[in-house]
Amino acid sequence: MEIPYTVQNRPDTGIYNAKLGIWLFLASEVMLFGGLFSAYILLRVGAEPGMWPHGWLNVTLGTVNTLLLALSAITTLLAWAACKVRDFTKFKIFHACTILLALIFLGIKSYEYHDKLIHYEIALANGKFADGHLVEKSADFDLAKKTGTVTLHGHIVEDRKELMDLRSPEAQAAKHDEITIAATDIKKMENYGPKHNTFTAIYFTLTGLHALHILGGTVVIFYFWAFGGAMWKTDPERFTNRIEVSGLFWHFVDLVWIFLFPVLYLT
Amino acid sequence: MQATVQQFPPFREGTAHLAHDDHGHHEHHEPNFWQKYIFSTDHKVIGIQYGFMSLCFMLFGFFLMMLMRWQIAHPGVPVPVLGPLLEKICGPMAAGGAISPDLYNSFGAMHGTIMVFLGVVPLAFAAFGNYVVPLMIGAPDMTFPRINMASFHAFFLGGVVMLVSFFIPGGAAQAGWTSYSPLASTIPTNGQAFWLVGMVLLITSSLLGAVNFIATIIQLRAPGMTWMRMPFFVWAQFVTAFILLLAFPPLEAAGVLQLMDNVAHTSFFLPTGLAVGGQLADRSGGGSPLLWQHLFWFLGHPEVYVLILPAMGIVAEVIANNTRKPLWGYKSLVYSALFVGFLSFIVWAHHMYLTGMGQKIATFFQTTTMIISVPSVIILTCMFLSLWGGSIRINTPMLFALGFLPMFGIGGLTGLPLGLAAADLYLHDTYYVIAHFHYVVAPGTIFALFAGVYFWFPKITGRKMNEFWGRVHFWCSFVFMNLVFMPMFAQGIKGMLRRMSDGAVNYSAARVPNAIDTLPGSVMELNTWILWAAIALGVAQIPFIINLFWSISHGEKVENDNPWDATTLDWQTPTPPPHGNFAHEPIVVRGPYEYSAPGHATDFTPQDEAEGPSAPRTPTAHH
Repeated sequence: MEIPYTVQNRPDTGIYNAKLGIWLFLASEVMLFGGLFSAYILLRVGAEPGMWPHGWLNVTLGTVNTLLLALSAITTLLAWAACKVRDFTKFKIFHACTILLALIFLGIKSYEYHDKLIHYEIALANGKFADGHLVEKSADFDLAKKTGTVTLHGHIVEDRKELMDLRSPEAQAAKHDEITIAATDIKKMENYGPKHNTFTAIYFTLTGLHALHILGGTVVIFYFWAFGGAMWKTDPERFTNRIEVSGLFWHFVDLVWIFLFPVLYLT
Repeated sequence: MQATVQQFPPFREGTAHLAHDDHGHHEHHEPNFWQKYIFSTDHKVIGIQYGFMSLCFMLFGFFLMMLMRWQIAHPGVPVPVLGPLLEKICGPMAAGGAISPDLYNSFGAMHGTIMVFLGVVPLAFAAFGNYVVPLMIGAPDMTFPRINMASFHAFFLGGVVMLVSFFIPGGAAQAGWTSYSPLASTIPTNGQAFWLVGMVLLITSSLLGAVNFIATIIQLRAPGMTWMRMPFFVWAQFVTAFILLLAFPPLEAAGVLQLMDNVAHTSFFLPTGLAVGGQLADRSGGGSPLLWQHLFWFLGHPEVYVLILPAMGIVAEVIANNTRKPLWGYKSLVYSALFVGFLSFIVWAHHMYLTGMGQKIATFFQTTTMIISVPSVIILTCMFLSLWGGSIRINTPMLFALGFLPMFGIGGLTGLPLGLAAADLYLHDTYYVIAHFHYVVAPGTIFALFAGVYFWFPKITGRKMNEFWGRVHFWCSFVFMNLVFMPMFAQGIKGMLRRMSDGAVNYSAARVPNAIDTLPGSVMELNTWILWAAIALGVAQIPFIINLFWSISHGEKVENDNPWDATTLDWQTPTPPPHGNFAHEPIVVRGPYEYSAPGHATDFTPQDEAEGPSAPRTPTAHH
């Protein structure tokens, strides 16, 4: 039994099966990310005045990542074009670039995550707030037993609201030093992980899900890159279709980032 | 009738009657059990897998309901027969064999989840769709057979995760099938996390299925199978697939967010200042409980049409076949189905009038809700009118299809007061809603599914199910189904709240004699009546279960490949259809319901029979 139109276009619909399939899948992906983006909007408009964070993310790193993905979109297109003109060597080169760019993207993303996870906000016993990156915890530091000290590189503020808008002149002017705090002075200590507030929650969820998509796309592209030679020799047309379909997915993942970047980093 | 065999010259001669013959001429090896039944990529096997699994889940969901009805009728009294077993499985939640409120809540949540996501949808969409759609459009299989297999496996895993959650400490999810936050994030059991993981698997399964169905219907229609020649069943499945494709992902998004709330302790759906058990919860707050409801019902309402559209498709096929005349208003049916599919995306907040989301928004959703009843009524009217002047054959599938029409009508019409905010405010949390919804789904959709089982059984097995026991099954189900759900309308109008684990005893006149507006004894008594009706309804399913299995090997053998004298392509295949389905590529030359065409030798003209009223098809015409 043969399924028709796996490689050739069906004349009246003008498309082959997998291409239609991926477009349908992408439609559902639009709804998935659409749901998450609407969650973002509702959380943001529902936030208490002055409590939605601004400028918490590193715009430079975000821009670099945006450029990496834009570049990978180009190499993906070129890889497909190389298949179209039946130049397997060029295909190998271009998709090697795609995979490399994707891996650098994920590396930068992990660095950003790490930076958030070692960033602490400490509610002090005197009602003030210490905020900064962890330098070290003393060997006997234990919050439950109230022993030891913790050292942050950051500053101390009177009101939590001062931590929200890091783009403000006051926040820009704040001096950051090493502060050592005794466990006895700590009321609550929490890093900038997903549970910190709704911004970090939606940030980790959206970018995490996006990173999973990047990872999935990279695995698929790597599979075609590394093990596609056999099919290339027997059925180059079908192989080219596979590159096109995986490329469509990759472009979609890039596009999601084009929305994520301004929404999370720039506003 | 006698002419049918002649319509299948050499390709099918010899194979037509050999129901258990191996038709796979393309297979060069005999597949073993695992390849044939577990890791099969054949759409028909996958359809049967889905069908078997979902029927089992429906039976399980039915048992949960029986336990709940016992608790409602006899609050706190140990469950007879099953009590000790229940205590063994659920531990302290079923101390002494009685159902605790916690256990009642988890049964309620899981009854809804299992019936909707593991019972009716997989049976209506995945099972019937998988088996019948490729046959009806003349396709050799689905476009993506391996994705089809993956879809079933994801469904299976999702079902396992849901079932396992009954056995974990604290038991299964307890926050209702709608899993409203913050309740869903504050109940101290991991059942909710299991529920969410299970749902993500089920959503993945339906996503893969939906992509496959749409691609198959667009790409693999046989030559001549134009859009307006597709049977209505295919249209119904097509629209259903689009609803699943586009409505489920927002619930997946919501599921991911709630999973984050439950596992990573975020506050997507938890408001600021949330107190649990009198203590301020250790959460950042700032989330929105309404957000969950919006995301849930954005799926939840289209889901209703996922439940009903395939059922309408089945009923349309059965009615056209048994009235022996073309379906009345085929085009109206098609456009109505498309319109329902589109509109189902903008009515979701009529489930949320009670949340106080605002009068203006409520007005918008009232309007769309009233509009969506129009195409639904068109569909039902077309089916009623199709009966007019037909020489109706009464058989079991037709009885169930005919039963569907008034039952779905009751379900639909009683929904109108719920679509209007003013009436809904009073009725929303009462048994009226339970009765309305179940009239749509139980005697509505499930009757249509029974019709489908009886109707396509001969194609799948080469034998018919027993007619006498089929009729016993229908009439008993019909009577007891109404006895179960009709009293709930009365209870609801009297103000009996749903979700009460004690059957509203605390609001009864007997318990609080001096309070105003308590529930009189006559309303409370109905709880006992419903329990007995439900037990009788369960007993009424025994003939069906026995009939189903007995008929596989002992049913009356069909005389030819087309025992119902049907026109659609699914009946123009060998019985059962081999891998690849058709003995030759079918060429479609006419619409789907050419019954009683004047001048034709028989009262039906198959879609792929060559042109010319009396010219029998010759083998050469297809080479």
